[in-house]
Amino acid sequence: MPDIVLRKTLVQIEEIFHEGGPAPATPLLRGAICAVIRNPFAGAYTEDIAGFMDDLKPLGHDMAARLVAALGGDPARIEGFGKGAIVGEAGELEHGALWHVPGGYAMRELLNGAKAIVPSTKKIGAPGARLDVPVTHINASYVRSHFDSLEIGVPDAPRASELLLALVMTTGPRIHARVGGLTTAEISKHDGLR
Amino acid sequence: MPAAMRKIVTIVEETHQEGECPVTPPSRRAAAIAVIHNPYAGRYQENLADLIDIGEILGALLAERAVAALGIDPHSVESYGKAAAVGADGELEHAAAILHPKFGAPFRKVLGKGPALIPSSKKRGGLGVALDIPLGHKDAAYVRSHFDGMEVRIADAPRAHEILVAVAIATSGRPHPRIGGLTTAQIIGEDGLR
Repeated sequence: MPDIVLRKTLVQIEEIFHEGGPAPATPLLRGAICAVIRNPFAGAYTEDIAGFMDDLKPLGHDMAARLVAALGGDPARIEGFGKGAIVGEAGELEHGALWHVPGGYAMRELLNGAKAIVPSTKKIGAPGARLDVPVTHINASYVRSHFDSLEIGVPDAPRASELLLALVMTTGPRIHARVGGLTTAEISKHDGLR
Repeated sequence: MPAAMRKIVTIVEETHQEGECPVTPPSRRAAAIAVIHNPYAGRYQENLADLIDIGEILGALLAERAVAALGIDPHSVESYGKAAAVGADGELEHAAAILHPKFGAPFRKVLGKGPALIPSSKKRGGLGVALDIPLGHKDAAYVRSHFDGMEVRIADAPRAHEILVAVAIATSGRPHPRIGGLTTAQIIGEDGLR
């Protein structure tokens, strides 16, 4: 399969103190890393693309490690995650789907075998397109306090023949979470859901 | 001041390739953006001293955050810029109060030196508005290779009563500069221009 040709990376970290309510002792961190790479399948239909998932694995691991580092360096602090992809206009939505396995497993491995499915979204987009990447708890998808999302994007990407790949992590619940539902203290089934 | 700050976002961009040619080493730049409450939103206030003082605090804080995000010696920063966006209920003059009277001195102090004017931009906008932060060489404003800009945005800011305040720094000029003009080797570094 083709080489990974990296054009740029963008790391974005939000430190949230409050959103009009009482500020918690520890601010919430939400971070994203985006990588812009050449889409080797842009411009023509290719039937056999699945092998590219293996080629993306090292990039996934690098991105996950850089994102944890930018969020303070301790994988144990990461409580929420998500992933996404924006495919430049000469590509196919299916090319974005190549990111599911390498992006998701890279984060799970780094986060001590996180059990939950990594929520994701993808689309075809022009340079500067924005993507709302969904976020859920890393071990139990139903934890309501951790349902969140982070808008990501890179001003000059993806060009037509590029893929923008993103990983997202958070260090806690929404800043003033108070709508009930399953709490982190109630995680008990360890099935990735509850 | 901390209570008036809702969030801080840092963004780090690394460019590995531009114009299909590798950028070696990758060019790196960072922005740090604060979302603060605008004490004068929705009314005319003649004396803007509070915002001027906030500017002094943010000049140091945002410069430190941007340098930390790059993980570099502050003296290795080559270019800088600043910008602000007031929410719908603010005045452009509120952005000016933060950026111009007292912001620059602490910003320069973090970097060690900076005789050149800090290029700036300001605007009014809604949530997610794009801020194009101009960049120029910190020792000599005429260095053509370092005329640049960095686009940043925060999806949920500024609200009508908020202000986005941003700095950008870079450790080099544009990738592959080749349009002549004053070069870094020709900097005298005294008058801020050449």
